[in-house]
Amino acid sequence: MSDSREFDLAATSVRELNQYLHAELPGSDVTRISVQNPNGQHSIGAGLDCPVEVDIHGHAGYFIAGMNKQARVTVHGNVGWSVGENMMSGQVRVNGHASESAGASAHGGLLVIDGDASSRCGISLKGGNVVVAGDVGHFSAFMAQAGTMVVCGNAGANLGDSLYEAVIYVGGSIDSLGADAREEPMEASDVEALRDLLTEAGLEGDAENFRRVGSARSLYHWNAEAHQEY
Amino acid sequence: MNGPSEQVSLPLAGGPEQLEASASFDADVMAYIRRATQCGLYDIRGMGAKRRLPTFDDLVFLTASASRYPLEGYREQCTSRTVLGGRFATKPIELDIPVTIAGMSFGSLSASAKDALGRAASEMGTSTTTGDGGMTPEERQSSKTLVYQCLPSRYGFNPDDLRQADAIEIVIGQGAKPGGGGMLLGQKVSSRVAGMRTLPEGIDQRSACRHPDWTGPDDLAIKIGELREITDWEKPIYVKMGATRVFDDVKLAVKAGADVVVIDGMQGGTAATQQVFIEHTGIPTLAALPQAVEALEEMDMAGEVGLIISGGIRTGADVAKALALGADAVSIGQAALIALGCNNRCHHDGEGWVDVSDDYQQLGTAPGFCHHCQTGRCPVGITTQDERLEQRLLPEKAADWVRNYLQVVNMEVTTLARACGKSDVHHLEREDLAALTVEAAAMARIPLAGTSWIPGCSTSNTDPGS
Repeated sequence: MSDSREFDLAATSVRELNQYLHAELPGSDVTRISVQNPNGQHSIGAGLDCPVEVDIHGHAGYFIAGMNKQARVTVHGNVGWSVGENMMSGQVRVNGHASESAGASAHGGLLVIDGDASSRCGISLKGGNVVVAGDVGHFSAFMAQAGTMVVCGNAGANLGDSLYEAVIYVGGSIDSLGADAREEPMEASDVEALRDLLTEAGLEGDAENFRRVGSARSLYHWNAEAHQEY
Repeated sequence: MNGPSEQVSLPLAGGPEQLEASASFDADVMAYIRRATQCGLYDIRGMGAKRRLPTFDDLVFLTASASRYPLEGYREQCTSRTVLGGRFATKPIELDIPVTIAGMSFGSLSASAKDALGRAASEMGTSTTTGDGGMTPEERQSSKTLVYQCLPSRYGFNPDDLRQADAIEIVIGQGAKPGGGGMLLGQKVSSRVAGMRTLPEGIDQRSACRHPDWTGPDDLAIKIGELREITDWEKPIYVKMGATRVFDDVKLAVKAGADVVVIDGMQGGTAATQQVFIEHTGIPTLAALPQAVEALEEMDMAGEVGLIISGGIRTGADVAKALALGADAVSIGQAALIALGCNNRCHHDGEGWVDVSDDYQQLGTAPGFCHHCQTGRCPVGITTQDERLEQRLLPEKAADWVRNYLQVVNMEVTTLARACGKSDVHHLEREDLAALTVEAAAMARIPLAGTSWIPGCSTSNTDPGS
């Protein structure tokens, strides 16, 4: 039988909440956690490692659901920097807007931002998926290594700078591409993958009208003429 | 007749030995310019600064005499137990010796080298540190106490390894290249290394120099908060920085909530970076340490926040002097590699020594001069990912060498401490030291030997406070 627990962060500390999430929750019957009055506090739900639904009701601070594994976390509000950073699996959803570095270095899982994300969204991405319903700021997907970033709105300057093997799909305009990023043709497999990702994120979107950005791979070797003799 | 032709035919005054070389454009500088003209890419190499710098060698101990009495060198106890990270962490690190192994990645080092360091450190009761490539299962197994680095690249970084680490080290920079990111050239990005770092095999990997999820010191405080939350406030959190503006940087790290501050002086090594970084950035370890100590003392945090110093530490004397200047421990990288056999003319195949001078020659170097870690063709199997070369390092044998070396270093530290009348190596103090050069006196803030003069701190040789 499933059970739920509620934490009021006006009366309980983030430390007490996280300690419960790490130590008592795994193996218990509780499958749903409700967090009230986050009031912009940081690191709420950081280090989760079990299949639980967590709802955070209100605006939250930095590093929300950082390094998440397995859990499905929804923030009913806006978040500060680095939501879902280094996520390994599971899902993190922000109903509002996200500040900088959303989904930084995420190795797995899905991060969905229903509003806009600020600069450096998806920076250093390592296999996770990031879907932003609105716009993203400058230097998004900087040095992204693997995974997919979807921007349904517009992308700011220097999108995908120094990109490795990660792929970016953009529905709206792109201010400018970063070094070594290039627009590539949308293949049928891209449309299919994008459609699946939008469906998983619960978002509407005409996958065929997105553009694909990938790496030109011209920075993979420092000095091609030197044949790595350095 | 004394015409011009006669003057031309006069013999030169003296031979070539009297030709005047330029001090500005000497042979090294000309070689540097010629190399640049041919290659079009700056020089990249391993190890640390090779230039001559003021070092701990420029300090001596004022051991006991009539005014102080020593402890019996072979009989009375002198402890070297070292505790780090008790400021906020509920599980501080406890070490038997004040010498730790610095962060060096699997990727830059072979798996055998990491294994050997782990075994030696565990036997001696000290810690090893991961590097810019994540934690390997082998090193977790061989290292009793393992510090897990959180670097800008975040290669292979994950919460499972974070939770199974004994401490966390947030790396802001390192002494060989403060302000620069990691580097691993394609020759060393093997399939295993590439897999651990989520990168295509064989590419020249140039890591980020800034963290992806925070930027300034105020953010760092929040980042430290996140790491503490994820590890339930158990693990000590170190902040490692290259030695540049040490006084300010240490204060910021302490304010951000570090349990331990690690300062890496300009002699600190690397497996690969630009030569211009290695030789021209940062300040000497000797100059960095007193600045860090002053910052901690000004904040009333000496003893509360641990201080580890690194960058060119080689001997027990270096360690003892670092402790006397106020460090709680030191960290060694290059010295540990040399103990593993780095720059040896031979490797040991289990039965005897095998000369590998030819392999050094193929790299364009010779035993004793090699700094070619970046090539991945280490003749003694330490800084390589080549399966054939890696087999030249036998982890069990190499672990014995490193253990012996660490043992000697610690014996030297306790010897000096006893001679200064201390029953605990951490009781060594600045008052136990004198400086041999004006430069060392100024940097270490220790009186010049035979005087009470500290340049920059006092104006006469009789009045240190004026």
